[in-house]
Amino acid sequence: MSAAMAAENTVAEGRRIGDVILDLQGISLSFGGVKALTNISFNVREHEIRSIIGPNGAGKSSMLNVINGVYHPQEGQIHFRGSPRQKMDPHQAAAQGIARTFQNIALFKGMSVLDNIMTGRSLKMKCGLLRHALYWGPAQREEIAHRRKVEEIIDFLEIQSIRKTPVGRLPYGLQKRVELGRALAAEPSMLLLDEPMAGMNVEEKQDMCRFILDVNDQFGTTIVLIEHDMGVVMDISDRVVVLDYGKKIGDGTPDEVKNNPDVIAAYLGGGH
Amino acid sequence: MLYREAGQFKTSYSADQQIFPILQDRYGYWVILAIFGVLVPMLASEYWLKAILIPVLIFSLAAIGLNILTGYAGQLSLGSAAFMAVGAFGAYNFMLRIDGLPFLVALILGGLAAAAVGVLFGLPSLRIKGFYLAVATLAAQFFIVWVLVKFPWFSNNASSGVITAQDVVILGYHFDGPQAKYVLTLGVVAALALAAKNLVRTATGRAWMAVRDMDVAAEVIGIRPMRAKLVAFAVSSFYCGVAGALYAYTYLGTVEPEGFNLDLSFKILFMIIIGGVGSIMGSFLGAAFIVLLPILLDNVVPAIFGNALGAGFASNLQLIVFGGLIIFFLIVEPHGLARLWQIGKEKLRLWPFPH
Amino acid sequence: MQFFFEVLIGGLLSGVLYSLVALGFVLIYKASGVFNFAQGAMVFFAALTFVGFQEVLPGWLGLETGSAVVFWLAFVLALASMVVLGLLTERVVLRPLVNQPHITLFMATIGLTFLVEGIAQGIWGANVRGLELGIVDEPIEWLMDRSGILVSKFDLFAAAAAGVLVTSLALFFQYTRIGRALRAVADDHQAALSIGIPLQHIWGIVWGVAGFVALVAGMIWGARNGVQFALTFTALKALPVLILGGFTSVPGAIVGGLIIGASEKLAEVYIGPMVGGGIESWFPYMLALAFLLVRPEGLFGERHIDRV
Repeated sequence: MSAAMAAENTVAEGRRIGDVILDLQGISLSFGGVKALTNISFNVREHEIRSIIGPNGAGKSSMLNVINGVYHPQEGQIHFRGSPRQKMDPHQAAAQGIARTFQNIALFKGMSVLDNIMTGRSLKMKCGLLRHALYWGPAQREEIAHRRKVEEIIDFLEIQSIRKTPVGRLPYGLQKRVELGRALAAEPSMLLLDEPMAGMNVEEKQDMCRFILDVNDQFGTTIVLIEHDMGVVMDISDRVVVLDYGKKIGDGTPDEVKNNPDVIAAYLGGGH
Repeated sequence: MLYREAGQFKTSYSADQQIFPILQDRYGYWVILAIFGVLVPMLASEYWLKAILIPVLIFSLAAIGLNILTGYAGQLSLGSAAFMAVGAFGAYNFMLRIDGLPFLVALILGGLAAAAVGVLFGLPSLRIKGFYLAVATLAAQFFIVWVLVKFPWFSNNASSGVITAQDVVILGYHFDGPQAKYVLTLGVVAALALAAKNLVRTATGRAWMAVRDMDVAAEVIGIRPMRAKLVAFAVSSFYCGVAGALYAYTYLGTVEPEGFNLDLSFKILFMIIIGGVGSIMGSFLGAAFIVLLPILLDNVVPAIFGNALGAGFASNLQLIVFGGLIIFFLIVEPHGLARLWQIGKEKLRLWPFPH
Repeated sequence: MQFFFEVLIGGLLSGVLYSLVALGFVLIYKASGVFNFAQGAMVFFAALTFVGFQEVLPGWLGLETGSAVVFWLAFVLALASMVVLGLLTERVVLRPLVNQPHITLFMATIGLTFLVEGIAQGIWGANVRGLELGIVDEPIEWLMDRSGILVSKFDLFAAAAAGVLVTSLALFFQYTRIGRALRAVADDHQAALSIGIPLQHIWGIVWGVAGFVALVAGMIWGARNGVQFALTFTALKALPVLILGGFTSVPGAIVGGLIIGASEKLAEVYIGPMVGGGIESWFPYMLALAFLLVRPEGLFGERHIDRV
């Protein structure tokens, strides 16, 4: 973690959980008659780590897709930072400070690690086509300023040695890390992580946990996390929401959720 | 001096972000430009200038155009030749209808006309992908050529749309000999190639590649795929348009719409596949390869087989060799000659040591 | 009005030929997910091989030129050539490119187009050939007497051949064991493999069937306009047909072909004179383009949802 970056984020000391910044009310989503989500309500508070868990096909990823505007729910309201959201596209969500990673890595395979993370700065770069073509003055200065910022993220994620490697050649665990880097480059206020530790070994998981906690702790980034590893979820989450078959069956602190009979039934298969 | 980067330490990000981070490459670039800009026009024969060097440069420019669209932005086009036609007829009409218009301005206006038409035919790309889009670009190919043939206004009422390019005069100097035309072409192509290289290494190029590799993820981090695609269509068509104008003004002198046919579009596509999809350098290598190969075949085949096989055989052989090479490159080296060039350089960096 | 119907019917019947070429595309696409741009070249290859064998067989075997034996022998040999060509394509071009992006496979089939055209002309020569099927291209008399509308016997024969071909294909896919396996493969390669469907075997059959369709299309087309290189360009019009009908639908290919055939003839006759004619060259593509903007998945295609 670079000193410069930590100094910029004053939230650092004593992570305080703030007010509700994202509120979802009665969200229902279906694809041509197949219901993916049914009447789901929950909220996310500022600076917290909010996990969404549930068996496969419970609608977890759909939930993230609703939050950042990839899918548009047929019913329900979403309030982000107090203002209601109508049909919003992912680009607008990004502009509001929501970044995410994907369940199946969605890196730009033909580009280097550096370029991938640089794309995360897109919204903050203002130069136009002609200036890029000439690579003159402002365009060059802008590229270099953002490169500096990206290098800080590269340092933070400890991936200096692979910065010029095409991401397609990297092992799975490192790709997940680069994807996190790309999301962080946007300096989001809310980060949606879709199974960031799937398919990782214990060491890689520990590293990833450390990064997530550091991001949350030092930048105060609100995190919405989907994860299958219950140990990790119960360990790092502030609150957990449980989905099953597109319905919400539990919501609360890790301890509350752990003791919820519906949740236990869903996980042990007793309910069905 | 050995080809090494040892001892060249980068102390700033601007040094690391140069087009040629290795010192020898930087020198090499200027040396090559000097050779092609000064020595070649002095030494090369008229045949080489007119039949090989000028077309190679012009096709390189068109290939850069297609490479921007297909190689960088991932949108396959089968209509490059039609956009060249718009550039050629555009420049011709601007020269014809605006008195005293400087040639270079007409060239740029021709390119801009092609860009506008390109954006129009790029609009479907907002809804469709892959081969759907390829078929849509066929519409551009056939429609544009038809318009230029059927509406005599575009060719100043010449029969079947044939136009003869006006004299090229810049600042009072007449570019009429092959040397002068070659130098002019080289200047335009070198400048535009540099601009293309700049585009693809900055935010514009990253947006193209992001949309190419995964458009949903691109949108999620705040890139507008629609905008990126349309910009790619505009820039790509601009390059093809300028190449088309040069095709008329510094290469053939007289062109007709039918000359910009589907075959030419395929030729340009082959240039980027063989040269290297997603590489500016590869566009030059591919163009040189595709221009030189038929000449090579024409000279080598009779030498081996005699003239017994006839002219038809040569043209069929060309089809077979082109088709075979495309398949070969896609399977064996999908990044084309540009990748081979890069591998060669990496070997050279270590030479004479094996590792 | 009578003229209108004449143009319409003429257009529909020429649309049948587009349908036949499009059908070959659909078969390959369904079975292997490859958009085979070379289908048009294969139609040309098939027709050229057929007439080529018809020319050389009498000399080789001492048979009478134009006899039924020569006809059927040439047909069988051309069909065998198509199967070999298809299997070679699958083996040499497509299999090494498995798991590559669609765009790469598509470009490979463009290369294949050139290769196939070059080989066909390299073997059989490039001059235009006539192809005789024994059906005369003259109007049907009783229809002309009753309604005054001119419909060519040949066109009707072509339509009937296409109808028989499509019906038998549909039955084949629906009711045979191979057909079921084929549909399984089209749906999901991995799943099909895992339940023991031999993929190579199925692909072999598909390329064989596609070759057969290409041969029929090539023969009808060749008989109509002569076997010549221009065939490959006309075959390109099967592409807008596919956009209209959807890449995965056999009925779509048929309906799309009819729509393209009819609309381009009507447009040429009624709109053409206003703008100088020759709009047939681009009309199908523009129609498909306009159509794409309204319904990108085609008439019969399925809407696709991106999962992330």
